[in-house]
Amino acid sequence: MLELTTVSLLNGVVYGLLLFMLSSGLTLIWSMLGVLNFAHASVFMLGAYLSFQIGRWIGFWPALAIAPVLCALIGAAIERYGLRHVHKGGHVAEILFTFGLAYLIEELVTMIWGRNPLANPVPAAIDFSLFSIFDTNFPAYKGLMMLISVAMFAFLYLALKKTRIGLIIQAALTHPTMVGALGHNVPGVFVLVFAVGSGLAGLAGVIGGFALLTQPTLAQTVGAIVFVVVVLGGLGSLAGALIASMLIGIVQTFAVAVDYSLLDLFRVLDINVARTSLLYDLYSIKVAQAAPIIPYLLLVLMLIVRPRGFMGTRDV
Amino acid sequence: MSDTSPVVVSSRTLAPAQTRWLQKYKFWIAAAAVLIVLPHIPGLNSSFMHSLLTQMGISAVFALSFSLLLGQTGLLSFGHAVYFGLGGYIAIHFMRLVNGGLPIPIVLVPVAGALGGLVSGVLFGSVTTKKAGTVFSLISLGVGELVYAASFMLSGFFGGEEGITASRTRALPLFGLNFGPQLQVYYVIVFWAFVSAALMYAFTRTPVGRMCNAVRDNPERTEFVGYDPQRVRFVAFAVAGLFAGLAGGLHALNYEIVAADSVSAIRSGGVLIMAYIGGAGYFIGPIIGAITITWLQISLSDYTAAWLLYLGLFFIVILIFAPGGLAGLILMHAPIVRTRALSRVLIAYLAAALPAVVAIIGAAILIEMSYRLSTNPELGTKMRLFGINVDAATPWPWITGVVLLAAGFYVFRLTWPIVAAAWERATEEANAKSMAGAAQ
Amino acid sequence: MSGNLSRIVMAGLALAGTAFAAAAAADVKIAYIDPLSGGAASAGILGQKHATYFVDKINANGGLNGGEKIELLVYDNKVSPQETLIVLKKAIDDGARYIMQGNGSSVAHAITEAVLKHNERNPGKEVIYFNYAAVDPALTNEKCNFWHFRFDADADMKMAALTDIIAKDKKIKKVYLINQDYSFGKAVAAAANKMLAEKRSDIKIVGDELHPLQKVQDFSPYVAKIKASRADTVITGNWSNDMLLLIKAGKDAGLKVNWYTYYAGALGAPTAIGKDGIGVVKQVSEWHKNVLPEMDADAVAYEKRFTGKEDDFIFWRMKEMFEMLTAAAKQAKSTDPVKVAKAMEGMKMRTALGDIEMRADNHQLLQPLYVSTMSDKVKYDVEHTGVGFKTDAKVDGKSTALPTVCKMDRPA
Repeated sequence: MLELTTVSLLNGVVYGLLLFMLSSGLTLIWSMLGVLNFAHASVFMLGAYLSFQIGRWIGFWPALAIAPVLCALIGAAIERYGLRHVHKGGHVAEILFTFGLAYLIEELVTMIWGRNPLANPVPAAIDFSLFSIFDTNFPAYKGLMMLISVAMFAFLYLALKKTRIGLIIQAALTHPTMVGALGHNVPGVFVLVFAVGSGLAGLAGVIGGFALLTQPTLAQTVGAIVFVVVVLGGLGSLAGALIASMLIGIVQTFAVAVDYSLLDLFRVLDINVARTSLLYDLYSIKVAQAAPIIPYLLLVLMLIVRPRGFMGTRDV
Repeated sequence: MSDTSPVVVSSRTLAPAQTRWLQKYKFWIAAAAVLIVLPHIPGLNSSFMHSLLTQMGISAVFALSFSLLLGQTGLLSFGHAVYFGLGGYIAIHFMRLVNGGLPIPIVLVPVAGALGGLVSGVLFGSVTTKKAGTVFSLISLGVGELVYAASFMLSGFFGGEEGITASRTRALPLFGLNFGPQLQVYYVIVFWAFVSAALMYAFTRTPVGRMCNAVRDNPERTEFVGYDPQRVRFVAFAVAGLFAGLAGGLHALNYEIVAADSVSAIRSGGVLIMAYIGGAGYFIGPIIGAITITWLQISLSDYTAAWLLYLGLFFIVILIFAPGGLAGLILMHAPIVRTRALSRVLIAYLAAALPAVVAIIGAAILIEMSYRLSTNPELGTKMRLFGINVDAATPWPWITGVVLLAAGFYVFRLTWPIVAAAWERATEEANAKSMAGAAQ
Repeated sequence: MSGNLSRIVMAGLALAGTAFAAAAAADVKIAYIDPLSGGAASAGILGQKHATYFVDKINANGGLNGGEKIELLVYDNKVSPQETLIVLKKAIDDGARYIMQGNGSSVAHAITEAVLKHNERNPGKEVIYFNYAAVDPALTNEKCNFWHFRFDADADMKMAALTDIIAKDKKIKKVYLINQDYSFGKAVAAAANKMLAEKRSDIKIVGDELHPLQKVQDFSPYVAKIKASRADTVITGNWSNDMLLLIKAGKDAGLKVNWYTYYAGALGAPTAIGKDGIGVVKQVSEWHKNVLPEMDADAVAYEKRFTGKEDDFIFWRMKEMFEMLTAAAKQAKSTDPVKVAKAMEGMKMRTALGDIEMRADNHQLLQPLYVSTMSDKVKYDVEHTGVGFKTDAKVDGKSTALPTVCKMDRPA
């Protein structure tokens, strides 16, 4: 029991930090521009592919630095030459633009790298076991992932709190119109925010590429969960996103370990459910079976009960 | 659906009451006539074309119901397939009862679907329509994910991956028809599609329908007038659920199978694209979108494996350049057509279309060759594009593609002022004529 | 103006219609319906290449029934049952009387039902359905019909082969089942539970896990559970991402178990698993490259023609299928689907690997099955990885037969 608890806690924290890595950029973009960016996960995927390609040419460490920069440039271009044009069509047009972009990026990636998963193993430099706990290895790349995730949080936190541009962005998070009225270059800030957000997604992609699978459906598999993190954490709150990521990571991991269903509960309460009952199927689902859909349950509940999330400054 | 267009039917031969009636409903009558003849036109009278037309009808109802939310009420849903699918499941279970001996004509299956859609719309709508905007969109996304996941877990009702099947012929024959041949099904489905389109159009004309528009445009003002925007959203949502469920019922009747993909995010995304490309702001838009996208889906994929890429590009182009969708583009020309000024712009369009087509061909050459090399390298580098044999291993086709794309696009850009000028002249002319008409 | 316009539109529609109706003349048309675009396309395209190879081979040898050439018509169904039914209509309109499909049991159920209904409603224009990869046991049991022929061993037959091997390995004490939460995954779990209890009642099933289909990104929690259960063997029917990520997570955590799988042998799985699978990843299949000392001539010729990294020859059953079709057409002296179907019922053949038989009672092909392990000491590797498969055991075609509840109506 102690073994499973410890290992699960560790797994939960690791998964939570991966989620934070994925969604920190989105929190920034969404809070600032108010755009539900469906292409965020696609930029993450581009990060994975670009780092794979660059890694092939000049090695893993340069790729770790270059791929995020390329993603930032791509993000800036998306904002400058795409989103800005559809802005006049309102929020729906913006959302749909990113939605269409997600379709397009998936097809472009297929066009360039093909349909099957790439052989993208953990780079040799970080392919060793960091330590072992209860005979379960802890691979070094997961350590790197945790490190990067924490560094991201620190960087964003300091940049937002301690720099001038950070203060402007922060002001824009809560009072977007006011900042523009004060004469700041809001479009410029928008491009910057989109670039930084996309760069962070790209950085996450470098690690995500070999932690998950580098294939064209990569974006789809993480596409919805990043929204869950941002909604649960609350718009405009980095700390909220961190807490939400950890919560989802840990809850989901522990749920997998719970092999009980509603039927077991009924049995304890001495309620008899007939096998022919209409809802028998529902009652017999184990918590473990439902684990991966728990985030969506949390999403719906949170939006109904408290649309501003744990620490949000305004409703989504 | 404009009521302001001039009278075409001569009034001398008919009594005034009849004239008014005909005038009011001429579009609907014409549409009904077209739908009746359509499957007998040479080229459209094969069993495959009948099923394609049937599929278009189903998609049209689904897209129209989506547009009740997006176009009429301003609610962007990422999970509309939930109501389509649940309606479909109810309908298919109902069909199984009919197969089991329930003495009800099989043509009434869509009604069961509609009821299923309505009930699930009321059930989910009561919580999801509390808020509008992004909150609503996200809840719909979450609900969609949950229902899709449930469809695999609750295999009793959903039948798991392989879904639930039934037979439309194992029932009481109606007027000697057994609904086996696709043509008979076509008429059943087109009948229901026509009725639902008419009902949805009527809905947009009711006070509630008008209040939906008000809620979309200015929810605060709606409250001042004494309507609760939340209630209005709820009603619109339930009605949209009803028609989505009806579309699901039509699907069940046509395919005799309902599986998990009917509630999937892919279908939800598909209907969104249909409605938007067609033009969610116009009643006719989703119908145009449904027809276009269904046709592209089925036929484009025959010619190229990259069809999703083309579809994505098409979607983005519409978003940026024609936010009103295809319907917006077409209806934009209505005043010009009415004043017979269309020929002026058509010439300008032709001037712009030629380089545009060249650019598109250039892009298609590049895309097709890249696709071949990355996804099907073993089929070899030699391929046939636009009737010409090319070899993707040589530089010439690539250079040709790039040159066509660049040159085509450059010339295309040059034609924009011409088109704009022609357009301006034509609208001016149209305005002048209609003013003159009004003065007379 | 508007009159002109409508005439142009009509003409356009008519043109589009005739474009579909046009199809080249050939004697026998086989419609290949599988995903050729979207996420599942790689499986469909690989199957298409196999089919193309064998059709070309038959045509080069003079065709079916002494001279009738085959044309392979290819349709993309995007693994959606709905699109499948649309393209099925199109295929039949185009003159195909033979339908061939493999990917997705949901699609297979849709086709077998649709074919049954079509044949009821259109006597004299019957079509038959060759299923080369959809393994839901129901297709040859409750849902069987005369028009469906399956050339792949079903999920239960494959499990029988796997459990035979497990039963012989006395070192196996604790087995963990992890499967996808849908009909196929549940069928695998049910079969494993039942057969292990029959063959080795001393083996403890220490876990019976179902997880949502293609939704899990991180399998570490599942691996932690497997580890905590002290299992020495894992049985999984997982495919695609669920397969690759599971093995990846196991490797990350240093999990030391034997993996008994259905789908570790192709379509990118060997590439993604790589050297980590050596000695521990096992698969059940009707063929792998090292079944015989020398690779089969068709496999060699195929791989000469298709040289892509993941274009391995894997569908041995497609070779059997086309050889059986050729033999049935010869025996029936016709390529009429009804006559061919009747000739094919109960047909026996001898192949390089042993005897095969198309069961008459449920139209399930009985063929030898192999359980094999990943190894780097083999003559032929897969997907250019340096790793291939080595036979652990072979089960004869006859012994793979399982009881069936199939009751089919045969045409007079």
